[in-house]
Amino acid sequence: MSWLSGSWHWSVSGAMIAATMFLLLYAGRTFGFSSNLRTMCSIAGAGKRHAFFDFDWKAQRWNLVFAAGAIIGGYLAFFVFPNPEPVEISASTINWLAGMGITAPADTGSSSSYVPPELYATDQIFTLRGLVALVGGGFLIGFGTRWAGGCTSGHAITGLSNLQLPSLIAVIGFFAGGLLMTWLFLPFILAI
Amino acid sequence: MRILYYLFLGIVFGFVMTKSEAISWYRIQEMFRFESFHMYGIIGTAVVLGVIGIALMKRFDVKTYKGSELNLKNKDWSVPRYLFGGTIFGLGWALTGACPGPLFTLLGQGIWAIGVVILSAMLGTYVYGAVRSKLPH
Repeated sequence: MSWLSGSWHWSVSGAMIAATMFLLLYAGRTFGFSSNLRTMCSIAGAGKRHAFFDFDWKAQRWNLVFAAGAIIGGYLAFFVFPNPEPVEISASTINWLAGMGITAPADTGSSSSYVPPELYATDQIFTLRGLVALVGGGFLIGFGTRWAGGCTSGHAITGLSNLQLPSLIAVIGFFAGGLLMTWLFLPFILAI
Repeated sequence: MRILYYLFLGIVFGFVMTKSEAISWYRIQEMFRFESFHMYGIIGTAVVLGVIGIALMKRFDVKTYKGSELNLKNKDWSVPRYLFGGTIFGLGWALTGACPGPLFTLLGQGIWAIGVVILSAMLGTYVYGAVRSKLPH
């Protein structure tokens, strides 16, 4: 059973993500995770104020169930079949992060090796740096994905697989924004 | 029963995203610094198999289990919408190290701070819904 706990090769993971997309298409749905954010706004009552949220969100319940499954899957993979090894990233990335005072995955101790404690330890919610990164980052994700009409699953996986030019433009945007953040803005935000 | 189908697919998806470490902030930084092939391998494999699979499904006129057409609507043509929206999304993706799927999957690891990101992503979506008529589409 060691294959269940260790990390998986990128080709296995890529193939299973494609399979997920095919199985959703076969069910008459489409693979797009960020739609859930709009649905959640509608459930919270945003449809009373803005027409964009005034839609039949019950038709999107399947996607919320899918999201609930993704949480359970994350729980199972992390707690029930834990990988004894920390997330394995390249030495050059570790060095770059160390220069900004960010803990390497192998040194996160009892907390998850998937995320840096400098941003994601629960008490970071109450620091200025944590607030800027968590609240600011979340806002950019939510605003950007809806304006672009999809996220990584809807555009980068489904849209590109369907050879849609709009999705290619969106993915170029994803990478332009990501490169700007990692190379230009992140060092300043982490220094807060 | 259909609920179980989507729940099962979601569980598999969350499991795969965790085991492939695609939900790791560290992996996202490594990707944007071009210091590993790992993330490009995951997305690239999914897209190559996706292109082949969807082309075959269209070629052999595969229907959904109900016998209806596949849900592959063409996106409306625009440049600013996808480019500006995409860039804003990318900034948030690299900052938080997570896109919407991983946001939920990380919650399963008990990383409560991610709840703040999810709430704030809802707020971002809400603000988009409020100002969308003023944005280029």
